[in-house]
Amino acid sequence: MSGHLLSIVLFTPLAGMLLLLLIPSSKAALLKLWANVVAVAGFLVSIPLVCRFNQSLGGFQYVEKADWIPSLGVKYYIGMDGISLLLVMLTTVLGVVAVLCSWSAVEHRLKEYYAMLLLLQTGMIGVFISLDFFLFYVFWELVLVPMYFLIGVWGGPRKLYAAIKFFLYTLAGSVLMLLGILTLYFQHFQQFGYYTFDISELMKLNLPMGLQQWVFWAFFIGFAIKVPMFPFHTWLPDAHVEAPTAGSVILAGVLLKMGTYGFLRFSLPLLPKASVDQTIVQILAVLSIIGIIYGALVSLMQKDWKKLVAYSSVSHLGFCTLGIFALNPNGITGSVIQQVNHGISTGMLFLVVGVVYERRHTREIKEYGGLAHVMPVYSVIFAIAMLSSAGLPLLNGFVGEFTILQGAFEANRIWAAFAVSGVVLGAAYLLWLYQRTMLGQITNLKNLSLKDVNLREMAVFAPLLIWALWIGVYPKPYFDVLEKPVAEIVQRVRPDYYRVRAPMVTAGLGEANAR
Amino acid sequence: MSEFYTSTDHFVLVPALLLALFGCFVLLADFLVFPRPKHRRYVVILVALGEAFTGAALWRQHSFLSAHDLASVSAFHGSLVVDGMSIFFNWIFIAAVLLVALVSYRYLETEQEHRAEYYGLMMLAQCGMFFLAAGTDLVTLFVGLELMAVSFYVMVGFLRRDKRSNEAAMKYLLLGAFSSGFLVYGFSLLYGLCGSTRLDRIGEAVTERGPFDPIVFLALTTTAVGLLFKVSAAPFHMWAPDAYEGAPTTVTAFLAVGSKAASFAFLMRMFLYPLAGARPAWEPILIGVAILSMTVGNLAAITQNNLKRLLAYSSVSHAGYILLGLVAGNETGIKGMAVYILVYLFMTLGAFLVVVALRRKDLAGEDVDDLAGLIHKSPVEAVLMLIFMLSLAGIPPTAGFIGKYFIFLSLIETGHYVLAVVATLYVAVAIYYYFRIVKSMFVGEMTDTVPLMGGFGMRIALGVTGVLTLLIGVYPEPFLQFAQTSLGR
Repeated sequence: MSGHLLSIVLFTPLAGMLLLLLIPSSKAALLKLWANVVAVAGFLVSIPLVCRFNQSLGGFQYVEKADWIPSLGVKYYIGMDGISLLLVMLTTVLGVVAVLCSWSAVEHRLKEYYAMLLLLQTGMIGVFISLDFFLFYVFWELVLVPMYFLIGVWGGPRKLYAAIKFFLYTLAGSVLMLLGILTLYFQHFQQFGYYTFDISELMKLNLPMGLQQWVFWAFFIGFAIKVPMFPFHTWLPDAHVEAPTAGSVILAGVLLKMGTYGFLRFSLPLLPKASVDQTIVQILAVLSIIGIIYGALVSLMQKDWKKLVAYSSVSHLGFCTLGIFALNPNGITGSVIQQVNHGISTGMLFLVVGVVYERRHTREIKEYGGLAHVMPVYSVIFAIAMLSSAGLPLLNGFVGEFTILQGAFEANRIWAAFAVSGVVLGAAYLLWLYQRTMLGQITNLKNLSLKDVNLREMAVFAPLLIWALWIGVYPKPYFDVLEKPVAEIVQRVRPDYYRVRAPMVTAGLGEANAR
Repeated sequence: MSEFYTSTDHFVLVPALLLALFGCFVLLADFLVFPRPKHRRYVVILVALGEAFTGAALWRQHSFLSAHDLASVSAFHGSLVVDGMSIFFNWIFIAAVLLVALVSYRYLETEQEHRAEYYGLMMLAQCGMFFLAAGTDLVTLFVGLELMAVSFYVMVGFLRRDKRSNEAAMKYLLLGAFSSGFLVYGFSLLYGLCGSTRLDRIGEAVTERGPFDPIVFLALTTTAVGLLFKVSAAPFHMWAPDAYEGAPTTVTAFLAVGSKAASFAFLMRMFLYPLAGARPAWEPILIGVAILSMTVGNLAAITQNNLKRLLAYSSVSHAGYILLGLVAGNETGIKGMAVYILVYLFMTLGAFLVVVALRRKDLAGEDVDDLAGLIHKSPVEAVLMLIFMLSLAGIPPTAGFIGKYFIFLSLIETGHYVLAVVATLYVAVAIYYYFRIVKSMFVGEMTDTVPLMGGFGMRIALGVTGVLTLLIGVYPEPFLQFAQTSLGR
């Protein structure tokens, strides 16, 4: 049983989905209940992953390996390190949140809706734990179809446009990524005489610089579209705005992390030479910084509440990619923490929009104003979510952004200087949004009768609020769990890093831990 | 040498003999054995019986080869051969005929054109396909091709009272005859090169003269035109949308998978053996044709509203993908072609079966809009269609991905990076029109409430194609072994 812990976590949602299909569509309450049970079960089975995780060990844990397609060298090979652990936990928690928040938001075609959410869950977990490139690609693509349906069937007025745009963009990126994967696969055959997709074996490849760069760009397109990095971000606002709340939460919370995770798990370790190439690093850092500032500026201009949050994702994910390409422990650690933070904070912000959208069916910011008077609890939750996203100390956002900036500063001071402006702008658009919607007098009479959040909605927010506070107040466990895997990545791309700067790194991490 | 019809000859020919016998018998059956219309359903059983015997004969050939560890057995002084490739393709033809025959009964009843000739023609066409897969002599191959083609000309026009069907048959006949002309011209030049119609002799002559020898080049291009017409690669695809649209849908399905697979067997036989020596000359041509096919197929499909036309253009683009395996030409590429044709059989047939099911009394059911809201009406068919569409586009974990995987890998292995990028990007284009169908099924509002055509045969056929399309995607190992042992020499 315990030998297959990771498989259990992976397939619980899928098994739940298959059973869900047996429930007749007419029994709405039963469908909802069952979906919630499965989501909670998915979370519960993932808890032992945390308890039994040994952070002092390097490499992968809970490893499972079995032949799948022997003639192609494809294995069912899964396992996790600290980075995967955090992202899988984020997925299982947001899975519960997403299912629970749909209770009254989704009214038609419930069976298909929950089936898609649960299928998506398995796909996302699979992406984060696959150690076989073929398996990874299967899960990576598996995610697209349920997301297409979530946006396309249960979305807003322009849902079909947004759904197909999402699909086409990500697919175009991922097929090019596939070519990169196949190139590595073939190179491995040429160098070692047998075919394999096992990434630990692919890491042994000795590739010339030119080829590494080509493969890097192939991966880049796949991952950068998913993140999304500027200038590949245009699918994101459409998809977010049209998606139902749960779809937005999952999309922002988990799906975007698949891109950043791809950089960390595949681009950097498999293509170490290309990843430290100055031109490439400069280009990626500059794109990240443009993303940070551009995302923030566009957010400032938005009239649509949800679109504002969507563009803020572009800005926040810019921090994550900047941290990765700072290529030092602080940057990468901060990036992973920020990925989790973004899942929590932006997830909450989308839920916040969802609450009022469900009541008023509009997302125009000017339709609201002074909601704090009628929805006091709601306004507090929104305040915390907003501040955590803006990076207020003692909340999660600060820990991530600070560590990333520290890493960026170490790598290049100018990057850090530009990136900091993103923090300022972030505070600006979020506080302004809060002011316009929550504070002042109620200008729109329709808002007078709005009901405050009910118990179920509080239950939706509760885990995220607690998590945000935990990371903000006591982030040490997160730094601890990331220390080994991040050190392995840095060691891989910059073998001489630790030899030269050993004392400084420990000091840097310690400093960050203290906050 | 002087012996005529030896036991080896017989052994090699048996499947074709069985097909021809059963085909003729079925033709006669209509008025000899089953005079009453309601007995016609038993014809399907006769077809199944014929296929079972053919399968047994194939199995004997297969076990003979493996028992004696032979790569091939040739017969009739080198004009027919049994090898892994011929056996592999013949299994595909058997599967195609069986699956199509299963659903034809109900369909032809609806069209009120249910006659036993239909099944007879199908088996005769299959007999022609046998010679295309097993022939190693220009005359044998050409006779096989015409036997298949003529059967198809009749089948495409099988709906005598339907103008579109007649028109489609006429177009197909005229263009088919035209392309056969090219082919024969090429063949005559090839014959002129060496004074023999046997492929191995031609191969020697071609290698000796070199690829850019004017006669070789002319023979090569004219032969290629004929072959590419048959696999409906652009720019020789003009007949396909019209023939596909006008033909009875079951015939369209058979045309799309059976004729296409046989033509590819023929094409592989020609390009990999006698014309192999001229690779430098034909590789650029095939690259151009492949790119053009993917471009024309994918772009034209975007604007189609008729499902059969849409799938016709999609089959043009698939022809482009399969040709890429030949362009790469290494072991992965050839295996990729075989795997691709195998998965293409199930996914394309599956998609056409759903279109067949849409045909109901007084309802043509051929447009994308006719699928609207299918998920509410027939969820099983809708989900199966989704799987077929994903597979046609090449999204894992469906069979189509495995096919594309080999094609892309072979391109990378042989250094055709630009081609690989073009081919992959067209996947993203293709998803657009495949998902128009998905969108219609899952998001659209129902336009009619008439249930789809059902029936035992339809359920079996849909089940088999659906399960295999998914199974080959999730666990391709046994199928890859099958393709490997067939083509591994």
